[in-house]
Amino acid sequence: MKSRHHVRTAGARAVRKGLVGTMLLGLLLPLLLLVGGSSASAATLCLPKPDETGCISGTVGSRSDPVAGVDVILRDAQGADVETVTTEEDGKFSFTVTEAGDYFVVLDDETLPDGLEQQPPRAAIAGPDGSVKVTAKLGSAVSPIVEVRDQDYDAGGESFSDQIAQSVVNGLRLGLLLALASLGLSLIYGTTGLSNFSHAELVTLGGMVAYGLVNLAGMNLWLGIVATTILCAGVGYVQDRLLWQPLRRRGLGLTQLMIVTIGLALAAQYAYQYFVGASLQKVVVRDFGTTSFGPVTLTNLSFLAMGVAIVAIALVGFVLVKTRIGQATRAVSDNPALAAASGIDVDKIIRLVWTAAAGLAGLAGVLYALVISNGIRWDTGMQILLLLFAAVTLGGLGTAFGAFVGSIIIGLVVELAGPLGAPGDLKYAVALAILIVLLLVRPQGILGRAERVG
Amino acid sequence: MDTILEILSAVIREAISPGTAAVAIAVIGLNLHFGYTGLLNFGQSGFMLLGAYGFAISLVHDIPLPLAVLIGLGLAFVFALVLGIPTLQLRGDYLAIVTISAAEIIRFVGRLSTLKDLTGGAQGIQGRTYQPAFVDLSFFGDGAWTLAPFNYTDVAGGAGWVRALGGLVFVVCVVATVIVGRRLKRAADPTRTAPRTGLDGTLGKVLAAVLVLVGLYALFFAMPVTYGRSGVNGWWVRAVAWTLVALSTLVVYLLVRSPWGRLLRGVREDEDAMRSLGRNVFAVKMQSLVIGGLFGALGGMVYVLASTVQPDALGRQITFFSYTALLLGGAATILGPVLGTVLFFSARILIRESARAWVPDSIMSTQQTEQFSFVVVGVALVLLVIFRPQGILGNKRELRFNV
Amino acid sequence: MSETTIGTPSLADPAARRALMAGVTPEPGAAKQDPILKVDKIERRFGGITAVDVEHLEVQRGIITALIGPNGAGKTTFFNLITGFDKPSSAGSGAHWEFDGRALNKTSASSVAKAGMVRTFQLTKSLNRMTVLDNMMLGAQDQSGENLLKSVFKPLWSGQEKAVEEKAKELLARFKLLEKKDDYAGSLSGGQRKLLEMARALMSDPKMIMLDEPMAGVNPALTQSLLGHIQSLRDEGMTVLFVEHDMHVVRHISDWVVVMAEGRVVAEGPADTVMSNQAVIDAYLGAHHDTDLGDDQVLTDRALEQIEAEVRADEAAHKAAAHDGDHAKHDQQGDKS
Ligand SMILES: Nc1ncnc2c1ncn2[C@@H]1O[C@H](COP(=O)(O)OP(=O)(O)O)[C@@H](O)[C@H]1O
Ligand SMILES: [Mg+2]
Repeated sequence: MKSRHHVRTAGARAVRKGLVGTMLLGLLLPLLLLVGGSSASAATLCLPKPDETGCISGTVGSRSDPVAGVDVILRDAQGADVETVTTEEDGKFSFTVTEAGDYFVVLDDETLPDGLEQQPPRAAIAGPDGSVKVTAKLGSAVSPIVEVRDQDYDAGGESFSDQIAQSVVNGLRLGLLLALASLGLSLIYGTTGLSNFSHAELVTLGGMVAYGLVNLAGMNLWLGIVATTILCAGVGYVQDRLLWQPLRRRGLGLTQLMIVTIGLALAAQYAYQYFVGASLQKVVVRDFGTTSFGPVTLTNLSFLAMGVAIVAIALVGFVLVKTRIGQATRAVSDNPALAAASGIDVDKIIRLVWTAAAGLAGLAGVLYALVISNGIRWDTGMQILLLLFAAVTLGGLGTAFGAFVGSIIIGLVVELAGPLGAPGDLKYAVALAILIVLLLVRPQGILGRAERVG
Repeated sequence: MDTILEILSAVIREAISPGTAAVAIAVIGLNLHFGYTGLLNFGQSGFMLLGAYGFAISLVHDIPLPLAVLIGLGLAFVFALVLGIPTLQLRGDYLAIVTISAAEIIRFVGRLSTLKDLTGGAQGIQGRTYQPAFVDLSFFGDGAWTLAPFNYTDVAGGAGWVRALGGLVFVVCVVATVIVGRRLKRAADPTRTAPRTGLDGTLGKVLAAVLVLVGLYALFFAMPVTYGRSGVNGWWVRAVAWTLVALSTLVVYLLVRSPWGRLLRGVREDEDAMRSLGRNVFAVKMQSLVIGGLFGALGGMVYVLASTVQPDALGRQITFFSYTALLLGGAATILGPVLGTVLFFSARILIRESARAWVPDSIMSTQQTEQFSFVVVGVALVLLVIFRPQGILGNKRELRFNV
Repeated sequence: MSETTIGTPSLADPAARRALMAGVTPEPGAAKQDPILKVDKIERRFGGITAVDVEHLEVQRGIITALIGPNGAGKTTFFNLITGFDKPSSAGSGAHWEFDGRALNKTSASSVAKAGMVRTFQLTKSLNRMTVLDNMMLGAQDQSGENLLKSVFKPLWSGQEKAVEEKAKELLARFKLLEKKDDYAGSLSGGQRKLLEMARALMSDPKMIMLDEPMAGVNPALTQSLLGHIQSLRDEGMTVLFVEHDMHVVRHISDWVVVMAEGRVVAEGPADTVMSNQAVIDAYLGAHHDTDLGDDQVLTDRALEQIEAEVRADEAAHKAAAHDGDHAKHDQQGDKS
């Protein structure tokens, strides 16, 4: 009894030590690499002062139909983000500048309500990336004309079959990137039983680290991708070393562990906002061009991202099926107690899984930021978390191959939902509805196995 | 000194705000799900949002208030059925994934621009379009009112020492309540062979209640707060909100002490065992999901009474905050949800305001203090689960037999 | 609930039981005089392997039937199937089983229990974070306080609650767990949990109780008292079907033995003859060469007698306790009708 107690307290101390370390290292350290960027603040009224400040203010939408909650980004003449504000109920935004000169104002697409997009400005005032050029003077206020219009403004130019072909390719692209992230989620679930709600933050971390390395520090993109993957894998290793392993030893229940991941996700999301700000950050500013095959047009980066994803997934599949480590991993997924009894170092396998899962998630994050979300923001990962869970559940919780199949299906469903008639954001709803229907028909997922009772 | 008083005042205002009461009600429902039945409902915000939409949209269309409340509750009822039927027969994780997804779907749908006429799209529904029906019910009259009406300013011309004395009494009451509470808990524990303390049940409970009341009075004596009597954000909405919190707590108390409550706990412990004892586990879980969801919807309605219906304000963050509050107060306890919620929101404001007051802007901008407070909340949730999983009021012994 | 429907009370007499089973041919699927459970064509496959494939099986009312077989023979799966915890692969193609004249093919696990067939689990399922008394009280059926609407009004259920509590305490006393009633079930030892699970199952006054390895992990002294309990249940008129690996135990308390191997029923018969059946020896030798079949070489006659004497003494003690319990049961019935 007594000795047990000692073990417990010793364990607790180790956990305590580990925790402090994890909080700092596992999550925040990679962020410290980044230099603080801009941060969004609510629009405040601007009053120009002669020779001190000038104002750039206006309204998104019209007076009668203003658009609230849109992030308006102000860039300087070099194209660097200066400030981001969010419009209030009345659609108004305003910036205070202390230097006269040319500025560019652009709306953050992500924050626009569904079905709306920024109307490209007249050529005379057009800046890069669809922004509006304004010239600010100290002591006076200027109002750039920022208009929005319906997204399907000029849709219909494409034939239906062309749209479908494009969507299928987009779906495969999304599916491959989702697969990259969900493989790790599934492996963690398989080996430890944990539903990791902070997995999406590892995805975001990948994009953030790449933003720091490539955009801010000017590293070569390819090197940056490799370095990000390695760094993220390191974060996974450290997380397991300092947090998950001690907690496993401590015998924390799975539900508690799941809530720990929620706390971690929450802390990470706000830490990203704290350090990087609330606006979208580009990983690369350079344009790589596009290539068309018949009706399908994709950016060149997309092809490369898909290639990288396929190689990485194939590698994971090979390791799982052909190597001893892979066999051991599958054995642990099957029955940890039995695996331990047959001489497999379960802790080592789980650490490896955490490392690989975080690395894959980080890689997925970079590629996602490069080709899908067109940049990285604190909630980029969070937005696909549900798709990841849906993919993993669809394929059967805990089977890696199932996660791959599920991801591809979810990717296709999400991209095809639009052309097939689902409005805007509801494409996610369609994916989740499919999940619910599948659970009714085949509770163990497409490739899962039924559980044993008694 | 003034800074400290200002911060404390902000904390107290947050603690008694209608928003805090609203989340407390939702957490009471979540306690029924997670604490008592073991259901991993990660979509409590969806219930809140549905309640809020049903309530506000009905009022906008001039439907009478009682009917509007029923419509909000009805939506949550249907939502619970739709969620429960496919998932309650499956393993717990599925419910978690499906509920969080469904809550997000509700939010997405609410934001749809095609539904702008109904839900107001991403901007939501302005408070002034639906609040009058509720505000007009107020019988509190006009003008402002201060809690407590007799406070430190009435004694010795509002001298600092009177105020400090009030604060001291409050602190003493908190400490005394904790001591009495612990003794009560020990005395109520039949397995403890250690000598019983002198406090017997009823006497101790009365004493604890008196201490709480005196403590609350001392708090508002030292830190009086003033609001309009009626109006959109006055005492009227606060009184209604906290009365609903009290009623919800009472209902849950009555439910969980009954054999029905025992069913919930049985299901939480082992579903197969309950089946082997002839219990319809699915029905029990469904009842729990529905009842807890109704509390969620009620919380959502209270939430929008003093603000607007904003789909993004009732997103998954609120669910996560609810879990933090529940674990802080103590899952599967009667008063834990309320205590946890009040402490959670107070602590966040305390952190934020302190950072604003004492950390220079060059290190932490105003925006960043907000984010900092949330980072602390996240880390606190992690530490809480690891080091005090039973929360403030929970029973540590119970957790030793975790499965 | 018992005496009138279930057999004759004289089944407490070993001779009567022997006489009852004497007319049954000891072969797989043999018909019984008064079967309480009849199973037909029940098959369960997991991927490639067939875990259960039972053509026909009957269980006689009012006696103790042992279900034995090597590990993986499909005993637990068979339990799961007939108690509604699993569905046969042969559902729809002839799988049929009935309990006490009532078909159970499409019945959920909870309804099976309500019909009077209550089981325990090989891996004990105690409700850990609830007290022993709460565990017990969940065993009682038809509690009006479990209705959501009535639960809020205590006067509507407090009377019944008291009666259930009394009954629970009586059963706990019988299983020597009364002083633990306010402890969390999770704090009990493995053996005590087995006892608790049995006691809890009995709270519903089942017609038939199915025990999956009730003796596994229980220390020998406790095994003795468990055996006593099982026998006294039978003597009160309950039907018992239990899975056990220890052949000595099987020999001592079972009136009939069913042997399963690789999912099939390979033999049936009284305990002393079935062990020498060639099919049984093959089944066990096929699986485990060193299985101890309760051979007399291991268990000398002297030791046997000794255990038998102990069991008898225990039985007598428990019968006295059971007698009191019976009265309580009758009173309860009176209340209900
Ligand atoms: N859920 C399941 N999935 C796969 N195989 C199972 C499952 N349940 C039981 N089995 C297999 O069925 C066979 C019979 O198991 P079981 O009924 O537990 O045997 P017993 O209780 O007789 O030892 C075993 O080979 C076991 O591995
Ligand atoms: Mg078995």
